[in-house]
Amino acid sequence: MSSSNGLTDSHATALKPGIAAPDFRLPSTPDQSVSLREFRGRPVVLVFYPADWSPVCGDQTTLYNELLPEFHRFDAEVLGISVDGAWCHLAFAHDRKLRFPLLADFEPKGAVAREYGVYRSQDGFCERALFVIDSEGVIRWSYVSPVGVNPGADGILSALESLAPAAKAMEQ
Amino acid sequence: MTTNSSMLTLPVSDRDHVQGSATALVTLVEYGDYECPYCGRAYPIVEELRRITGDKLRFVFRNFPLTQIHEHAEIAAESAEAAAAQDRFWEMHHALFTHQNALDAAHLVQYAKRLGLDAALFSRALGEHTFRRRVHEDFLSGARSGVNGTPTFFINGMRHDGPFDLSTLSDAIERAAGSGKMSGERTKISEDDRERLDSKAKEN
Repeated sequence: MSSSNGLTDSHATALKPGIAAPDFRLPSTPDQSVSLREFRGRPVVLVFYPADWSPVCGDQTTLYNELLPEFHRFDAEVLGISVDGAWCHLAFAHDRKLRFPLLADFEPKGAVAREYGVYRSQDGFCERALFVIDSEGVIRWSYVSPVGVNPGADGILSALESLAPAAKAMEQ
Repeated sequence: MTTNSSMLTLPVSDRDHVQGSATALVTLVEYGDYECPYCGRAYPIVEELRRITGDKLRFVFRNFPLTQIHEHAEIAAESAEAAAAQDRFWEMHHALFTHQNALDAAHLVQYAKRLGLDAALFSRALGEHTFRRRVHEDFLSGARSGVNGTPTFFINGMRHDGPFDLSTLSDAIERAAGSGKMSGERTKISEDDRERLDSKAKEN
């Protein structure tokens, strides 16, 4: 993985809040696919990450897996996206006991990441980028982390909270 | 490699397990998981940091169990809290990090007995998950503060991104203490110390 010096071009190109999230359909398993549109009516957290199989305890997907109950309190769905293929995702998800879908942005490679403005063409994988999409399909928050830094979940939780009152209602 | 976005949202208070003086120049907060091998590697490093920085450093440990990948992380965290209820938090903390491969309930009760705890009280706390809520509070405060894996350190409230080897952490602590406020001599690590700890970290 290339070194991170903080800012990259994607900070400028990543889709910004207020923009309708581009729809897509990607494989979630070797024989199934999901589209963003299917989740209309609920908030969606799109988690672009560079690659499966990064070190265990510092891994972003492991963290979000652990935090799923918190995300579900906001009725939010979490979707991981990387350029890894569906078989690779399957093995990775099984190994880490992941309970949210990993989507394969594999062919054409990185097409969805490009649409969201978070593809690193020099590296051949996507940024660590987060998008919180509201129940109407509009991007409400986005964040591109330096590729070597796992951004954590604080920004996502704050963004989901700001999607109130629907989110607040779920807390009751 | 630093970002300025993530800061400790739950200030250090009476609820915390603290080593060192409240007037220390620097507060190091660790969010950790007793079954995490990286936290296990960090343990002797933190001990050494405390030794070389003396009263300049206050250390706080909070729970961040990754229960989906570590089968015993939750019960281990609850056992540390159960020990804390009997004023033996740090002793149990040490026992857990030095026995990361034996964290099932039977072993935890053994450690409690060895530390002279009331074993019946301790076992009941584990069985009834008396401290589950407390552990979860720690976990959520970490998630809200940008904890992104274990261990995650905060130095004077700012998330420390990057490696947690002895020299990186001690440099960061020294910077936080501010030039002139902290004696360079005291925090300077000898080559011997560094090699010893680095090889220890590798063994883990």
